[in-house]
Amino acid sequence: MNDKPMRRKPWALGIVIFLGLVLSGSGYAAATSTYQAEFGSPEQIAEGKKLFLANCASCHGTNGEGAIGGPSLIGVGAASVDFQVGTGRMPGQASGPQLYKKPVQFTEEQISAMAAWVASLAPGPAIPAEEYLRADGDATHGGELFRINCAMCHNAVGAGGALTEGKFAPGLEGVTEKHIYEAMVTGPQNMPVFNDANLTPEDKKDIITFLKYVEENDSVGGLELGSIGPVAEGLFTWIFGLGFIIAITVWLGAKAN
Amino acid sequence: MSVITEPKTVIGKAANYVDERLTIGSVLKNFGRKVFPDHWSFMLGEVAMYSFVILIISGTFLTFYFQPSMAEVHYEGSYAPLKGMEMSIAYASSLDISFDIRGGLLMRQVHHWAALLFVAAAGLHMLRVFFTGAFRKPRELNWVVGFLLFLMGMAAGFTGYSLPDDLLSGNGLRIIDGMIKGIPLIGPAVSSGFFGGEFPGTEVVARLYSLHIMIIPALIIALLGIHLLMVVVHKHTHYPGPGRRDDNVVGYPLMPVYVAKAGGFFFLVFGVIAAIAATFTINPIWNYGPYDPSPVSAGTQPDWYIGWLDGALRLAPSNLDLVIAGFVIPMGVMLPIIVSLVFLVLVGAYPFIEAWVTGDRREHHVLDRPRNAPTRTAIGAAGVTFYAVLWAGASTDLIAVNFQMSLNHVLTAMQILLILGPVVAYWVTKRACLSLQRKDREIALHGRETGRVIRLPHGEYIEVHEPVDKYELWKLVDFKDYEPIMPRPNKKGKITVGTKLRSAISKIYFEDRIAPVSKAEYELAHADHGHAAVEEKPKRKPKQLKKNL
Amino acid sequence: MSDLEKYSSGSATSIERPIKDPGLEPHRVRMTDKSEKHARTAEKQVAGLFVISIIGAIIAVWGFFAFPIIDGDLSATRNNALWMGIGMALSMLGIGFGAVHWAKTLMPDNEVAEARHAARSDDDTRAKAIEIVKLADGESGFSRRKLIRRTLYGALAFFPIPAVVIFGDLGPVVGDTLKHTMWRSGTRLTKDPTGIPIKASEVTIGSVFHVIPEGLKDLEEHKLEEKAKAAVLLVRVNPGELKEDPEKAGWSYDGIVAYSKICTHVGCPVALYEQHTHHLLCPCHQSTFDLADHCKVIFGPAARPLPQLPITVDDEGYLVAQSDFLEPVGPSFWDMRK
Repeated sequence: MNDKPMRRKPWALGIVIFLGLVLSGSGYAAATSTYQAEFGSPEQIAEGKKLFLANCASCHGTNGEGAIGGPSLIGVGAASVDFQVGTGRMPGQASGPQLYKKPVQFTEEQISAMAAWVASLAPGPAIPAEEYLRADGDATHGGELFRINCAMCHNAVGAGGALTEGKFAPGLEGVTEKHIYEAMVTGPQNMPVFNDANLTPEDKKDIITFLKYVEENDSVGGLELGSIGPVAEGLFTWIFGLGFIIAITVWLGAKAN
Repeated sequence: MSVITEPKTVIGKAANYVDERLTIGSVLKNFGRKVFPDHWSFMLGEVAMYSFVILIISGTFLTFYFQPSMAEVHYEGSYAPLKGMEMSIAYASSLDISFDIRGGLLMRQVHHWAALLFVAAAGLHMLRVFFTGAFRKPRELNWVVGFLLFLMGMAAGFTGYSLPDDLLSGNGLRIIDGMIKGIPLIGPAVSSGFFGGEFPGTEVVARLYSLHIMIIPALIIALLGIHLLMVVVHKHTHYPGPGRRDDNVVGYPLMPVYVAKAGGFFFLVFGVIAAIAATFTINPIWNYGPYDPSPVSAGTQPDWYIGWLDGALRLAPSNLDLVIAGFVIPMGVMLPIIVSLVFLVLVGAYPFIEAWVTGDRREHHVLDRPRNAPTRTAIGAAGVTFYAVLWAGASTDLIAVNFQMSLNHVLTAMQILLILGPVVAYWVTKRACLSLQRKDREIALHGRETGRVIRLPHGEYIEVHEPVDKYELWKLVDFKDYEPIMPRPNKKGKITVGTKLRSAISKIYFEDRIAPVSKAEYELAHADHGHAAVEEKPKRKPKQLKKNL
Repeated sequence: MSDLEKYSSGSATSIERPIKDPGLEPHRVRMTDKSEKHARTAEKQVAGLFVISIIGAIIAVWGFFAFPIIDGDLSATRNNALWMGIGMALSMLGIGFGAVHWAKTLMPDNEVAEARHAARSDDDTRAKAIEIVKLADGESGFSRRKLIRRTLYGALAFFPIPAVVIFGDLGPVVGDTLKHTMWRSGTRLTKDPTGIPIKASEVTIGSVFHVIPEGLKDLEEHKLEEKAKAAVLLVRVNPGELKEDPEKAGWSYDGIVAYSKICTHVGCPVALYEQHTHHLLCPCHQSTFDLADHCKVIFGPAARPLPQLPITVDDEGYLVAQSDFLEPVGPSFWDMRK
């Protein structure tokens, strides 16, 4: 279930997703990709098509060509399906400026089957290989790349941030290595695409390494107040710091019994 | 002439030694039993002062390790995700303080939390002084000194915030650079002088360091000295109440009670800051990375006390550049600067404005209860609202994300609130004060409602009112009250513009007023129509009151 | 009446109070005043708090030695700060609470009143002060010797001037450095921070590249200053979606456009690109620019569009600048158009 409240402009969602997937998909098709989509077995593809027809075709068309409310999926690749369905964003439910993360609706096998079918429609970014998902790269380089390419939207340590008109860059804590990678190559929703010419697979691995380092190591300074910077620190000072001290002054000024 | 007798005990000898050289005996005689009024709200200024002492102590520790140089080095310290990174020595040494020096992180966090608390406590102290009218004669000049101290606190904070040369503070400096450049005629030259050339240059951290550890603290110490000296000269104000008058001061003697309380309070403030610093991260510079002009993090904000200025920048309307004869005046920058300056000038000048309006030349040592100065309280509430909206304006993006709203809607709402909020706050506060005054009058005249309803012999139901005791009554009826002034012609028989203005403002201040209960009203209420309160308990309290009349 | 009542009360009213000031409220006797047992308990409490303070100090010292810094082990640093902090907090709170409790329970709490006097010196003192000033004036001849007085004023007015002028070398004279960047005709667009040149074919639709000019990475001096002006954002959009002025039509390459990343408001990096709306958002003050429409300001406090860097491709297919920016980048300043 979607636990977030509804947002405005239901029609905007359709347009945004439509444009998003068309552009990222067709854009990617034009790019030289290091991964060629690996097609699954014919049985898997057939299973994927069945699932697709039952759950996705009403918006995306019976052949994934797109329809009212859903963009074409031709050329978006397996990575896109794996990300969108694997994080619960698809099947979409709430209408608003942006799709939310939700509990995942399908099993791993079902997602793989649908991904295989969509990948069979046209070449697109594939699900990344395991070797790029191990967080054992260069965290320093990853951190630098993250600050230059990602921090402006997702915050310096991935706490998330605001975009225009109610859209937002989600926080990255708890997002799996695979989904981080897939988001970079597919550019879901309004996120730009970071193809392999821009950030090489090694670069992406470094970024994942950095994010996982930050996620796994608690702040040396103590509790973090959401890692959102000086605003939280200021509010804490006023409410708890000054609040506690005022409580002391009241005790100090009160007469003893 | 008799021979001076020498004391025998060790303490006696030591005291004798000091006194014969420093007249300490006379100092103790004059100040040892000086009376200080006791109230929790009188300690806010103390919180600020103690925070400042803590800042000096922790700051001294930090200066032993911090190196204010912008020369580039490769980081080789403990923090893995920055190892090998090119960065300034300032940033590297700040990281070393955080990770590689025992107690360094604690002191950094103590220093930063104390800084936030310093300005916050000073701000709250100013609000207390404002809302109780403590700035009135003879303390107008001390208000100005305190106001300057608040500005200095902001300056100290900002210069310190910028020292680690991390990405967050670097972008803060970049914003300052952009604002400076926008000032007509002198902007680019001032920017060049500040940064020692083009932004970011290699000088600015060292220059800010000089300001941060020398000039600004020296000015704060000097101003603080004057501030305290004036408190001693004027003696502290006290809240209204029985026995508290403009010609006395009621409280506890400095020695021993006040020394124990105020001295202990220093340790309490330090202890609270240490506890917070031990358990809560502040300014995790390692998260932000070294300054680089290209990246930026979402949620780039200044520390809270600069927030209102950042908010002013955010709330300016779009596309406001003026072009006059080919010269550009970036009003998107200048408008917020001008608005902020006007606001500050009004805050600094308020005591003089109010004194001019009332024409009251008396010394005031008894504070006003905020309700008893409705217009001042309303003006204060409007000012606080204005400031608060600007302050909140600096976190539009965080508000949007955390409350799932559109960033654009939040910003537009803030723009509207900035204009409407103070007006509404003024009106609501003034009405609330007048209502509270009316309630006070009711209680003074007819006593408190007890909630007990009784039936009189002739069948009438009434609620029993219990008269307040004389101490409570005095508190309710003893306050200063003003009337609007009429514009009167001067010696030449003319009514000047200034006179008209003063009379108009005076009308705004005092046209709606609730006068204190007069003796005649009080006697009327108690003598004739036989109010329930008086009938219910005729034996005790009214007699007691009569005795006092 | 006291001397405080001599001043004008302005528009204050004078309403007679219903009662006379009843004077200070009677003193309330505390338990510790009444019973020695309570006093003894309070004494023990105070002493206990002081003992807690001593224990706190010991914890702090223990924390310092128990958690030495170990390279790469963040928990050592964490524990060090935590235990020293908690120990110091305890040691100070113990003293603080102890001293205040002592004052509140065992020291007398009778309120006392002390007289105040008006700040104004009395007339006699004033007369004497004025006399002294007059005497000093007469003895020095300050009023009488106009020549001395006026030249002194002059000297006092002139002497601070060198103190201002001496700061003249704080920064170089602003030439036209603000109006130029490192970009030249033929400078390759390279990736930030690696400095790897970018081929047009690599910039797919929906991509965003953070760009620095070729050679910036290897600058010996003024690297950050140049980067602060030359940082560029490179984006490819569907050519059909670009609204291009005829005079700037040649500045893009097949839907690839390059814009200055430095906000025209106060200079933050405008780095947030939304690939479907083509909006560029500045995270500092929320100025929003429409990348598809020459980066015009559509929201927020900025007033000028982001300057566009004219680009093309070289023989090897790499993206290069056609020239420098044709207007100053970053925040507006007064003589930027001169």
